[in-house]
Amino acid sequence: MNSTLLVNILRFILLLALQIGVFNNMTFLGYIMPLPYMLFIILYPVNSNRSALLISSFFLGLIMDLFSNSGGIHATACLLLAFYRPYLFKFAFGVSYEYQTIKLNEALTPERFTFILLAVVIHHFTLFILEAFQVSFIWDILLRTVLSTIFTIISCIIIIYLIKPNKR
Amino acid sequence: MQQIFNFIFKNSSRLLFLLLLSVSLLLTIQSHSYHKSRIISSANFLTGGVYEKINNITEYLNLKTENDALALENARLKSMLFNMKDTASVKKVENLKGVAPEDIVVSKVIHNTYNTHENFLTLNSGANDGVKPDMGVINSLGIVGIIDKTSPKYSTVVSILNVKSQINAKIKKSNHFGSLTWNGKSTGFVQLIDVPRLANIRKGDTIVTGGQSVIFPENINIGTIHKVYTQTETNYYVIDVKLFNDMTNLGHVYIIKSKDRDEVNNLEKESKSNE
Repeated sequence: MNSTLLVNILRFILLLALQIGVFNNMTFLGYIMPLPYMLFIILYPVNSNRSALLISSFFLGLIMDLFSNSGGIHATACLLLAFYRPYLFKFAFGVSYEYQTIKLNEALTPERFTFILLAVVIHHFTLFILEAFQVSFIWDILLRTVLSTIFTIISCIIIIYLIKPNKR
Repeated sequence: MQQIFNFIFKNSSRLLFLLLLSVSLLLTIQSHSYHKSRIISSANFLTGGVYEKINNITEYLNLKTENDALALENARLKSMLFNMKDTASVKKVENLKGVAPEDIVVSKVIHNTYNTHENFLTLNSGANDGVKPDMGVINSLGIVGIIDKTSPKYSTVVSILNVKSQINAKIKKSNHFGSLTWNGKSTGFVQLIDVPRLANIRKGDTIVTGGQSVIFPENINIGTIHKVYTQTETNYYVIDVKLFNDMTNLGHVYIIKSKDRDEVNNLEKESKSNE
């Protein structure tokens, strides 16, 4: 029980450090940026405390906002994703997901991919809408969402495979 | 009473979600409405310190370009010095009229964004060095932005690549004024809007800062005219300006402390209240 808490705290810090130190400096075509810090919300244990997830996601986003001068857009996007995560699980893995133990950091099946894709799209779409905050930028928002989603998913999958714990 | 408690316990996570959502939306909306009142900013000791550490490492990668820029500026200053009749009397930097050299703070960009609609930079000098909000930030090539918030050691800058920024600028040749804005598309170009149709403009003309602004001294370089449109609603010109600066690669910058600013502002306030 204690070790999952420790793993989560470590993941929180490491992903934020990775995002701010490395991925924030990686921009393609001037405006596409991978945001793999949201992997924390995706990889959070399935049957753990929901309120704890909401609070930690909020602070995850708030710290990102602090570093990128962006008001509260990351916090809002993370919070929305954290809240809708159970519904995404239900959609991607079927109704009885709570009885199976879903381990996301194992082989990439279509279900797991669907879940990651939906999570990233929800997060990025909210983020870019709030960032532009104007209806006239709608095509720009959609373009950014699609392109950034691709890069975030690639970086997420790479990170998942890199930190995959050894089989005992 | 019992039922109220039951309701709260049953929906605790939903209520928590709504509470946190309202906080984060409030922060978002507030940051979009008045950019002065931003609560969450990177001008504080935590984020500033982290960015300074990161910058210390990445700085090495840019040493070559930074050296080239410094060498170029040195050459320019040298040529200015040698072309003067009396080499003994050193003239003040010509580019910054109305600003004595002691009113310039040299600072370093420790963080730079250019991939969102509202971009900010973080500098490693703050209120302790005499930096105050609304001061102009330039480098050797042209303007960079305006100081937004300061902390004792760090400050944030509203970049010219920010859809909210508006800077008074003019065409160097003909002195026609307009406002410099950004449409959020390309990092190499900004837009000069509200230029009257009377203005005689040609591709390649230089755009400089105008004298109406109390933030920047007059005649600081911005860029050259790249393309000219006519706005259908207002019949004013919209000019695409190609920046001299590469906003994606900034090293050292100068913060300008204009002495006249308070005087001008007070005067304008007075004359407004007299009306």
